[in-house]
Amino acid sequence: MSSEYLFAHKHILGLDHLSVFDIEHILNTAESFKEISRRSIKKVPVLRGKTVVTLFFEPSTRTRLSFDIAAKRMSADTFSISASTSSTTKGESLADTAKNIEAMMPDIIVMRHPSSGASNYLTNRINTSVINAGDGTHEHPSQGLLDLMTVKEHKGKIKGLKVAIIGDISHSRVAHSDIIGFSKMGANVFVSGPATLIPKKISRLGARVCTTIKEAVNNADVVMPLRIQKERQSDPLIPSFREYATFFGINRQILQVAKPDALVMHPGPVNRGVELAPDVADSSQSVILHQVTNGVAIRMALMYLVLGGT
Amino acid sequence: MIRTQAILLKNGRIIDPANRVDKKASLLVEKGKIQAIFTPRQKTPSLPKKLQSIDLRGKWIVPGLIDMHVHLREPGEEYKETIETGTRAAAAGGFTAVACMPNTTPVNDCQPVTRLILEKAENAYARVYPVGAISKGLQGESLAEFGEMKQAGAVAVTDDGKPVTDSQLMRRALEYASSHNVMVISHSEDYSLSRNGAINEGFVSTSMGLKGIPHIAEEIMVYRDLALAEYTGCPLHLAHISTQESINLIRLAKQKGSPVTAETGPHYFSLTEKDVKDYNTNAKMNPPLRTQKDLEAVIEAISDGTIDVIATDHAPHSILEKDIEFDQAANGIIGLETAVPLALALFRKGYINAARLVELLSTNPAKILGVKGGSLEIGSDADIAVIDPEHSFVLHEKDIVSKSKNSPFIGVKLQGKALLTICGGRITHNAISD
Repeated sequence: MSSEYLFAHKHILGLDHLSVFDIEHILNTAESFKEISRRSIKKVPVLRGKTVVTLFFEPSTRTRLSFDIAAKRMSADTFSISASTSSTTKGESLADTAKNIEAMMPDIIVMRHPSSGASNYLTNRINTSVINAGDGTHEHPSQGLLDLMTVKEHKGKIKGLKVAIIGDISHSRVAHSDIIGFSKMGANVFVSGPATLIPKKISRLGARVCTTIKEAVNNADVVMPLRIQKERQSDPLIPSFREYATFFGINRQILQVAKPDALVMHPGPVNRGVELAPDVADSSQSVILHQVTNGVAIRMALMYLVLGGT
Repeated sequence: MIRTQAILLKNGRIIDPANRVDKKASLLVEKGKIQAIFTPRQKTPSLPKKLQSIDLRGKWIVPGLIDMHVHLREPGEEYKETIETGTRAAAAGGFTAVACMPNTTPVNDCQPVTRLILEKAENAYARVYPVGAISKGLQGESLAEFGEMKQAGAVAVTDDGKPVTDSQLMRRALEYASSHNVMVISHSEDYSLSRNGAINEGFVSTSMGLKGIPHIAEEIMVYRDLALAEYTGCPLHLAHISTQESINLIRLAKQKGSPVTAETGPHYFSLTEKDVKDYNTNAKMNPPLRTQKDLEAVIEAISDGTIDVIATDHAPHSILEKDIEFDQAANGIIGLETAVPLALALFRKGYINAARLVELLSTNPAKILGVKGGSLEIGSDADIAVIDPEHSFVLHEKDIVSKSKNSPFIGVKLQGKALLTICGGRITHNAISD
């Protein structure tokens, strides 16, 4: 890292906006914070007196808890708001909600919202730092970063690795951030799944599209099935979970074509027996729980850095 | 409203393709009519004593522009626009007539609503031609009363804003409208493909995480409607055409002699999907901004005659519908006050000549709707626009006349402006002293 490097982001909206240097700096910072969570007194005073508000317009357990724990381990005060999505005609607008929160002088707003670009929208209307905890089908930067951290930790590098992302690429903000992040860091990203779930021109984001999952998983260093979401079924995307599991699920058999030491990752929550066979989820190749652990470190790093930490 | 007066428009360039005129001349307006047109070498007619004389050297004098696709929002959504504010915006943009779409509240699907609109338009700043609904309540189920609406003053029918999904209903609409000599305007969209979409489907929608509207959603319906027009032999006008393949289909239909006409909006030849930067909801409309390839096809179609009309699809929305999350935001942009400079850009780049520009914005919409105007015929009502093709300006929100400010061209440098608008001999807009 050059000595002049300065992390200059007030907001974390997506991996699209971060440079390779930014990502390396975040990963290094997270690595140094990881140890805090292993102490018997899991608290450092770096964000003492700071206020973090988590504003979630979608249900979430792990991401919200992870941000909450991360903030508290840095001694910040945290407050959560669960809001139902404001419709355009009734209720308070997103801008009003955010301005009201801002009037109480928080330092960071962590937001999850079902509309793509909702975090970008917020940064044009308030001055508080915004961390995007998932916006629609756009980005989920902290998840992308924790995935990068987990791979780097286990493989010692990211550059040159083959990463296979399998499943609902169309509706996955995690896939988005991962494709951008892994490509940016020099990995070769391959995506596959039923064609109904592969978005147009995804290759221009940096991913190669494979028609069969075998082709994507072949010789892969990382295999990441994505959650198939039941709530998307208004659009006829797949006939049944059963058929999905048969043709697109990651199981022992398909994993045999990957590298023997391939990592199995999943952004959670897992539909066991649909996109991921239970025995694979629990195997020694699975680093799913490491991802969750690293998530706390990444979120500690993000909050620290957007508030001017170095 | 300013009273009718005698006006002499001196030494402008008179462009009147309906009469094959393009010459330096003066035009006299008296008693609400075009009284005379004369060149400097011709004998000056006897002029009235009380006369407002305006020197227009270097300016264009053209038939009043006619926008055959606007949403005036009245009745029902007067907080977005009213017939008064909408026609003021029209006048400011050089328009002397607008055709207003029926998706108001209540829907203009019967004689009383058509009458209400025309009553409200009596003192408006432009002629208002109501367009009635194809289906009752825009529900896509049964035909509205075309005959009675026409009697009350409607000039066409459409379910604009929504497609007529049922092909049989669309067929019957075309047939029944032909009995009443009413034009059917199609909003061509296969809703099952476009539902919940926010922008054009492609790399931009993928990278922004927005649900896409594929270009085929337009083209499939354009094909269906062209097939219905050809089969029934009934005239059809296609609204807001935005894609290359739609244009190919229309070109083919015209070659076969189908009675079809088509319009596009200025945004489809000025912007692409890439202009939906940073989730700017003022670049969100339906059909959405497309690709460079589509933009080029639209321009080609404008210059070769496949597209007959430039209509703005002026769709005012307040910040309540626009200053929100992108996927929740309403579709549509205002267009009346930016049509002239955007169309002039095509002229400046050499895609169209001045006469063609006037055809697209005045002569052809008058013909298609069967309304007066579209020419500078001596003795006809004095509906005139004076355009300064050179005037450069940056569009500022505060200068927008329309009640709503949802324009993607705010902050953009534009060239060309309506200086003076005269409707029925009355000056409805005057920016000459500016």
